[in-house]
Amino acid sequence: MVQDLLHSSPGLLNFGIFFLMALTFLFVILGFVTYAILAERKVLGFMQGRIGPNHLGGRWGLLQTVADVLKLLVKEDLIPKAADRPMFIIAPVIAFAPSFMVVATIPFTDKLQFADLNVGLLYYLAISGITVIGTLMAAWASNNKYSLLGGMRATAQMVSYEIPLVMSGLGIVLLTGSMNLNDIVAAQEASGWYILWQPIAFVVFFIAAMAELYRVPFDLAEAENELVAGFHTEYSGFRWAMFMLAEYVYMFAMASLMTVLFFGGWLPPFEFLSFIPGAVWFGLKFAVVTYILYWFRATFPRMRPDQLMEFAWKVLLPVALANIFLTALLKELLNIF
Amino acid sequence: MSGDKDLERLKKEAVAKAKAEAAAKRKAKELAAQGASEEAPADKSSGDTADDLAKKKAEAVAKAKAAAAAKRKAKELAAQGANEEAPADESSGDTADDLAKKKAEAVAKAKAAAAAKRKAKELAEQGASEEAPADESSGDTVDDLAKKKAAAVAKAKAAAAAKRKAKELAEQGASEEAPADESSGDTVDELAKKKAAAVAKAKAAAAAKRKAMGQAEGGDEGDDLAKKKAAAVAKAKAAAAAKKKAAEGGSGSGDDAKAKAIAAAKAKAAAAARAKAGKGAATEEPTEPKQPSPNQKYLDKYVEIIKKHLGEEVLEDSYINNLSKDVPTLVAKREAYYKIAEFLKFNESLGFDYLSEIHGSDFETHMEVYAHLYSYKNKQSVALKVKLDREQPEIESVARLWAGADWPECEAYDLLGIRFTGHPNLRRIMLGEEWIGYPLRKDYEPYDVEV
Amino acid sequence: MIRTEEVLLNVGPQHPSTHGVFRLVLTLDGEVITNAEPVIGYLHRGTEKIAENLQFTQIIPYTDRMDYVSAMTNNYVLVHAVETMMGIEIPERAEYLRVLAMELNRVASHLLWWGTYILDFGATSPLLYAFREREMILNLLNELSGARLTFNYMRVGGVKWDAPEGWLEKVRDFVPYMRKMLDGYHQLVSGNEIFLSRTKNVGTYTKEDALNYSLSGVNLRSTGVKWDLRKDEPYSIYDRFDFDVVTRDGGDAFARYECRLAEIEESLKIIEQAVEQFPEEGPIMAKVPKIIKPPKGEAFVRIEGSRGEIGCYIASDGKKEPYRLKFRRPSFYNLQILPKLLKGQNISNLISILGAIDIVLGEVDG
Repeated sequence: MVQDLLHSSPGLLNFGIFFLMALTFLFVILGFVTYAILAERKVLGFMQGRIGPNHLGGRWGLLQTVADVLKLLVKEDLIPKAADRPMFIIAPVIAFAPSFMVVATIPFTDKLQFADLNVGLLYYLAISGITVIGTLMAAWASNNKYSLLGGMRATAQMVSYEIPLVMSGLGIVLLTGSMNLNDIVAAQEASGWYILWQPIAFVVFFIAAMAELYRVPFDLAEAENELVAGFHTEYSGFRWAMFMLAEYVYMFAMASLMTVLFFGGWLPPFEFLSFIPGAVWFGLKFAVVTYILYWFRATFPRMRPDQLMEFAWKVLLPVALANIFLTALLKELLNIF
Repeated sequence: MSGDKDLERLKKEAVAKAKAEAAAKRKAKELAAQGASEEAPADKSSGDTADDLAKKKAEAVAKAKAAAAAKRKAKELAAQGANEEAPADESSGDTADDLAKKKAEAVAKAKAAAAAKRKAKELAEQGASEEAPADESSGDTVDDLAKKKAAAVAKAKAAAAAKRKAKELAEQGASEEAPADESSGDTVDELAKKKAAAVAKAKAAAAAKRKAMGQAEGGDEGDDLAKKKAAAVAKAKAAAAAKKKAAEGGSGSGDDAKAKAIAAAKAKAAAAARAKAGKGAATEEPTEPKQPSPNQKYLDKYVEIIKKHLGEEVLEDSYINNLSKDVPTLVAKREAYYKIAEFLKFNESLGFDYLSEIHGSDFETHMEVYAHLYSYKNKQSVALKVKLDREQPEIESVARLWAGADWPECEAYDLLGIRFTGHPNLRRIMLGEEWIGYPLRKDYEPYDVEV
Repeated sequence: MIRTEEVLLNVGPQHPSTHGVFRLVLTLDGEVITNAEPVIGYLHRGTEKIAENLQFTQIIPYTDRMDYVSAMTNNYVLVHAVETMMGIEIPERAEYLRVLAMELNRVASHLLWWGTYILDFGATSPLLYAFREREMILNLLNELSGARLTFNYMRVGGVKWDAPEGWLEKVRDFVPYMRKMLDGYHQLVSGNEIFLSRTKNVGTYTKEDALNYSLSGVNLRSTGVKWDLRKDEPYSIYDRFDFDVVTRDGGDAFARYECRLAEIEESLKIIEQAVEQFPEEGPIMAKVPKIIKPPKGEAFVRIEGSRGEIGCYIASDGKKEPYRLKFRRPSFYNLQILPKLLKGQNISNLISILGAIDIVLGEVDG
């Protein structure tokens, strides 16, 4: 559907349609973020022997996040006097926009996708790299030492972990022979999920993805016990909400990407289960991946920056490189792909 | 600028005011102190002792009959003890005898508190003077003894404490006399037996254990003693069990002892036995002859070493602080304070490598710095004190010796205004540099009453 | 050539990992600390000055506020000092109640430390587990004293309240439960690679340093000094219990972590034995005069608190108020070594070092 529209001639109507679709999608994602946050709090609560939100919106606290967001939106907009005003204002936008952009290329089912790009994987990785600019801008513009330290850490971390992330993805590209995410899913129909063929890549990718998402144990950029709140120390209200939103949208995108790359996207695990629609399968796999992310958050302490860098360069990168060679050998020798 | 000046002026005024008040107060204090010092004999420490003693005795007298009975018993025992000890040391035996008699008399005079006081003083002096030629340490012994006895009588309840002290005596006696003379060993046994009979109460369980533990090092003799005691106290079941446990605990059978201890603790007899034994103990307890603190020998050692190396003149005073778990206390001369501290830390046989506490106090006539040191090598404590001039409280810092003295000295500077020279970073650690006055001084007036 | 300069960073007085109002002025070269200057006093309340105008019983609530995480031991050190001066013999039952209260409080204090220390590393769950158990202890102490944090439980000569009906059974049941949970703690955290890499060989000091800086408690024992006042200078009735003094040789943050957890176990042992031996009846207060007047003179006693050696110095002029009251506050002494440990460390290590010392700011500032 979207694909056809993409090829149609430009016009006011088409623009309107696109705009409305994007807006709808934005709200879908916002809806997801709302309930992802609630789910995270509930899962954390469950793991930590407590209840979690249970006051707003019935006993499940279904409206808790809505109320939180509402509160953030009506909060006074504070910009520190010493801050670099224009940069301070634009930074959250720069951090948030790419997170939304990357979602466009994710195929949720074989039909539901916004843009079927031939370089889908590359597009995702490239665009998501922009966020770090927003982070650094926020850190610098705040004119706060904690922010600066947090921004420095974030940048270093992002740059370092981007590499193993790409390298581990390369193994899959090698097997599929395509960077198109649709093709990658399609290829898994024949050979089985790539988590079976690329377990090493999966581990590296997962770890690097955690680091990209700034989630425990890699949340050094905003390590609240050391740096108060890292790069967004000076932010509050809806500007801060933008950062928060970006983080969770990235989580949404990254979990989707992992589902697509390693868990066969919308494909059912077995043929006889194919009567269940692909969207359900995608949702289930996606939910499992997100759950693991929450789970990690409940169990791990945070790493130290120097250890983090060491880990990226001395462990993850060599392993990812070795995986590429291994994959090449596999492909050459087994000849099943 | 002018604001600053104003502030400066205000500060000065406040300080002047405070000083004037302080002076007035001090004068009053001095007057009082003078009165006190007139009473005190030349030797201050002995004066204090006698004073304390007298006071306690007065209390004791007020407590009438129980006390009197106790005294009588005390005399008897002391006499007996003296008799037994006689072969060992004729003169000291006599002394003890005399002493006990006099004390009994003193108590019998019931209401005449003043008389008692006088006598007590005399007694103390006499005791001291009689013994002095014979043996210095034993002189102290009797002195202490008298004091402790008075205290014990004064508080019938303090029975157990007294017992512990007596126990220490027995122990010490055992360890000191045993190698020299067999018969004196018997003495100790005898003594222990009597004591055991006296303290037939459950409360004693802990003390017994402690004792047994102490005597484990004393070897067979200690064991014997504990056993005999255990036999003697068969009256109260709980106590007996506890004691046996203690005896065995000394020889090392832990589990058994534990089980017994549990049994002992469970025995409901405890309360009743205690109540019953209370009186008996009260009357018989003081019969134990008192001994100097077990730490006396350490104090003597410290003083001797210090005097040998640093000269006779460095210490102002040295005593055992009975109120503070018998900690040997040295009062250094102001000039020699750092030297002594250094010596205490680095001397081989002293080795006080740990500064547990250092703080200052304002005693209105003078300032004082009190340091509690500990030697992990010798497992011994010592308290080091130094008196400072209140107008110019200044003293060398010991932060160079123990880095741990850094902040506490800052605290003393902050709150009392004692300057520690040579301190690496003397600052007002709690209140901040702009605070006016030193709050822990007795004449402190807050600059800003709102605070 | 890049022109670099050092950054002055103010950590605190409001900062999540200082556990109170504590300020550290750091000089940073990048993320490396070149100098650290602790600034304290934000919580100074002048307890010692206030106490000079109060009777001894009135001072006890003030001791609660010093180390508010482990108030029982603070209560005890004051009454112990007064009792030592006056030579008061404490009834059996009161002694057991005191020991139970103090050891329960010690466990609670270590639990709080454990939770917050791991929280400093960004792991949120252990805090809640620790608080779950701590809550049970606080409930027990609440039943005993009527307060959850500032107990004001002990009095000169005994304790204020007797144990309520069924309290001992609850304490007895708590011990095996806590042991089980302790195993879980070890499984969750003690072997975690990230945690190990953040605490091992971090904040290391030697035995000599520890003695020199007057460290006490776990901070001292983690360097291999076998020293516990409960064992080495027994006070109260600690000589009746069979327990070990836990030491480690590492001298680093992990050694202190291990020591504290092992100490919980030892405290549980003491609690277990105390419950077994608990006398069924008897008074909880000794006969003490209505108005407590220690004799003229001075005394200094020290006991093993949750964070180290708590001392109490009383100079009395025979009146009902102390002439001078001074507390040796272990956190105050223990914190002194911090600047030395921080020099040359990464800023992330700040929290593992500061956390491992285990300070309570109420105690640091007096």
